[in-house]
Amino acid sequence: MIRIGIDVGGTNTDAVLMDGKTVMAGVKAPTSADVMTGVVQALRDVLAAAKTTADKVDVVMIGTTHFTNAVVQRRDLAPVAAVRLCLPATASLPPMVDWPEDLRDVLGNHWYLAHGGNEFDGRVISRLDEAELLGIAADIRAKGIKSIAITSVFSPVSSEFEKQAGEIMAKALPDTHITLSADIGRIGLLERENAAIMNACLRDLSRHVVEAFRGALADVGFTGRFYLTQNDGTLMDAAFAERFPVLTFASGPTNSMRGAAFLSGVADAIVVDIGGTTSDVGSLQKGFPRQATVAVEVGGVRTNFRMPDVFSIGLGGGSLVVDGPDGVTVGPRSVGYRIVTEALLFGGSTLTTSDIIVADGGADLGDRARVAHLDKALIRRARDRIAFMLEDCVERARISAEPLPVIVVGGGSILVEGPIAGLELILPNHFAVANAVGAAIAQVSGEVDRVYALAEMTRDAALDDAKRQAIDAAVAAGARRDTVEIVDVEDVPLAYLPGNATRVRVKAVGELHVG
Amino acid sequence: MSDDGSWPLVEADLLPLSIGAALLGTGGGGNPYVGMLRSRELLRKGATVRVLPLKALPDDALIGEVGGIGAPVVGVEKIEEGGECYRAMRAVEETLGIRMAALISAEIGGANSMEPVIAAAMAGLPVIDGDGMGRAFPEVQMTTFFIYGAKASPAAIADDKGNVVVFRDVVDMYWLERFARDTSVAMGAAAGLAIAPMRMDFVRRTAVPGTVTQALTIGRAVQDARAKRQNVVERVCAATGATLFFTGKITDIRRELKGGFARGEAKIVGLGDWQGSEGRIAIQNENLVLWVDGEPVIMVPDLIINLDLETGEPITTEILRYGQRVAVIGLPVHDLMKTPEAMAVVGPQAFGYPELTFTPLAFGPVSA
Repeated sequence: MIRIGIDVGGTNTDAVLMDGKTVMAGVKAPTSADVMTGVVQALRDVLAAAKTTADKVDVVMIGTTHFTNAVVQRRDLAPVAAVRLCLPATASLPPMVDWPEDLRDVLGNHWYLAHGGNEFDGRVISRLDEAELLGIAADIRAKGIKSIAITSVFSPVSSEFEKQAGEIMAKALPDTHITLSADIGRIGLLERENAAIMNACLRDLSRHVVEAFRGALADVGFTGRFYLTQNDGTLMDAAFAERFPVLTFASGPTNSMRGAAFLSGVADAIVVDIGGTTSDVGSLQKGFPRQATVAVEVGGVRTNFRMPDVFSIGLGGGSLVVDGPDGVTVGPRSVGYRIVTEALLFGGSTLTTSDIIVADGGADLGDRARVAHLDKALIRRARDRIAFMLEDCVERARISAEPLPVIVVGGGSILVEGPIAGLELILPNHFAVANAVGAAIAQVSGEVDRVYALAEMTRDAALDDAKRQAIDAAVAAGARRDTVEIVDVEDVPLAYLPGNATRVRVKAVGELHVG
Repeated sequence: MSDDGSWPLVEADLLPLSIGAALLGTGGGGNPYVGMLRSRELLRKGATVRVLPLKALPDDALIGEVGGIGAPVVGVEKIEEGGECYRAMRAVEETLGIRMAALISAEIGGANSMEPVIAAAMAGLPVIDGDGMGRAFPEVQMTTFFIYGAKASPAAIADDKGNVVVFRDVVDMYWLERFARDTSVAMGAAAGLAIAPMRMDFVRRTAVPGTVTQALTIGRAVQDARAKRQNVVERVCAATGATLFFTGKITDIRRELKGGFARGEAKIVGLGDWQGSEGRIAIQNENLVLWVDGEPVIMVPDLIINLDLETGEPITTEILRYGQRVAVIGLPVHDLMKTPEAMAVVGPQAFGYPELTFTPLAFGPVSA
């Protein structure tokens, strides 16, 4: 199987072409303002480098930070009507209550509380009121809002009300996008609702972006299926991604860590992805990024997505090096994508980490003569400072005293001089395009998260039921059934409840079915 | 601060209060995030809540005890209508034909730190700087108020829909726990409970004093330590007199249901100063006992608190999982929870550990 993995980052758009498990070619192209020009460029380059043509390619996987950046930068977001099915419960906290004000303003702060919702055990809080929903629909129409997020209390236990309300809204407002929270999130009303609303505000953008990806692929002559990667390192097909753009959040760090695991053949390690401005550090467990345990914020909004437990430090190939009275400082300011004009070795006037490394003979980049004048002592102190920063972040990421190896990937990997924190250092082949490799090898997943009453069935029966549902969900998402395995099982008893109510969360993952 | 030593709760207090309350929750008590937001909404709409020290108010002033009852995980999904505790409190008032002078928290640990603040904001009442546990415990009877003779009835429970059930005569808090627990489940496992009023002179004698202030102090220390990139665990110990008892990585977490509670055990392999040692924590919603290499080193009613080793974030028992790196700190419970009467209700025996004899922790050094 021939596949292409693409990673659209803030600075570079990377592409790799893989034949089975072999990386045939990897390229970098500058990310363009319209994004698509950069994608077309990267696709052309990688096909040329691999000496093949688009018609030989079976499938394309794309990782993109486009949607995360849209929310973070508050641009290209559509107004949203947030409809919550809940009354009389939850009236104390309206939708978007804990959002940053500027983001709430961009979306218009339109919300409606309506009847509906379920109890933890599936009982009804109140019946759905069609007339009430039609009244809300009329108001939405009057305000000209084109995207609706519907959230019902305990919809992860019973999604019936969300579906019914969605149908009523779709009938009354045929030209609107409708996002149902149960399709996106897990238990935790505000976080799930936040995710649904963010998804809704990205629906216009997602149509354009997915259409443009499709156009870019058609432009190079590719006519097969293409996928986008999710935050947990698995895939969604283009049509699904268009409906659920919010699921791409944080897919970048996930892809680079999965790519690092693949390229190095190491499943348990600390991964340092050094880019132009920042380094992302996280840890790999059994080939997957370790997930964060606490709520993760995106653009200031609290979510409960499955997100990798990654932190960033301001160290990259474009970080500024400043020699001051208190010693050398490195970063967090960076020249970013302007490195090709502003760094000393490219004829600019700003001293960057890359200048230091090249002057020290650590990499062959730009014009070495332009950094030949740099003071040897300064070079040494800057390198020591960089080494200290890397050691500090690796120590923070270590989850045990075990001597785990450190895998370094990303374009800024030249900053690494030798072993970090005394741990084995792995610099895999194609390290600079590890995130595109991570996209190319992404898998397909299915997940179930629901509450079982164990008074009515055994724990084993409940787990079996949940596993079956997760596997079916993975297959429905495009996985080959014979490759699907359960990667995560978690059961949490709901404290204080008789009837042995237990929340079961199961995730199944498999290889993408191609052909 | 005014002459009577009272002070107004302001919006900037709410986040540190919720952080400190989560920490005093000793692994249980539910996350106060939702309660923090609800209080904030009320304050932003102009409600005011004053915090009164225990020395305030005359002896015969009547103090209401309110709190949420249900499953913490339901609390993050079916968020309150808002007036649950308020309506329960009013029902108790109407049954007796009295008016409350102030409200007090049954448990400062976890989500119930915020419920009295919310009901007080709606009723225009102050809250008392103290509570009935100085931490979190799983059951209604586990308060200093009950241990030292408070009446269980009349009590009232209210839900989101307008149902209010009054328990007119209940023999003791154990019966109230039983009735209120079953009713709360019928109400969707999230309800507001108000218990019979207590005279202020009784509250002065029996409340764990100053725990609203204590939670705030802890929360501010955590915020300050994070802002200054200091070691949060060390700062929490310095602010409270807690002692670090173990650091390690969770290597096994077993949970099962017994009697409607989450019981379980976490195994922790030592790191740092505890390299080569093994820790073990018993759980019933809250952390009950810490053993290190087979020796019990902290036990109920003293506080056993798991903090994320890096961020200092309190780790509740529901999100405890394999691979987490934790610091286990111990904080002495208030002396009111160490008497023979208290031991009968909240001592290791009361939690099913007949082999353990309560060995109280000592306070470590406290600094600002």
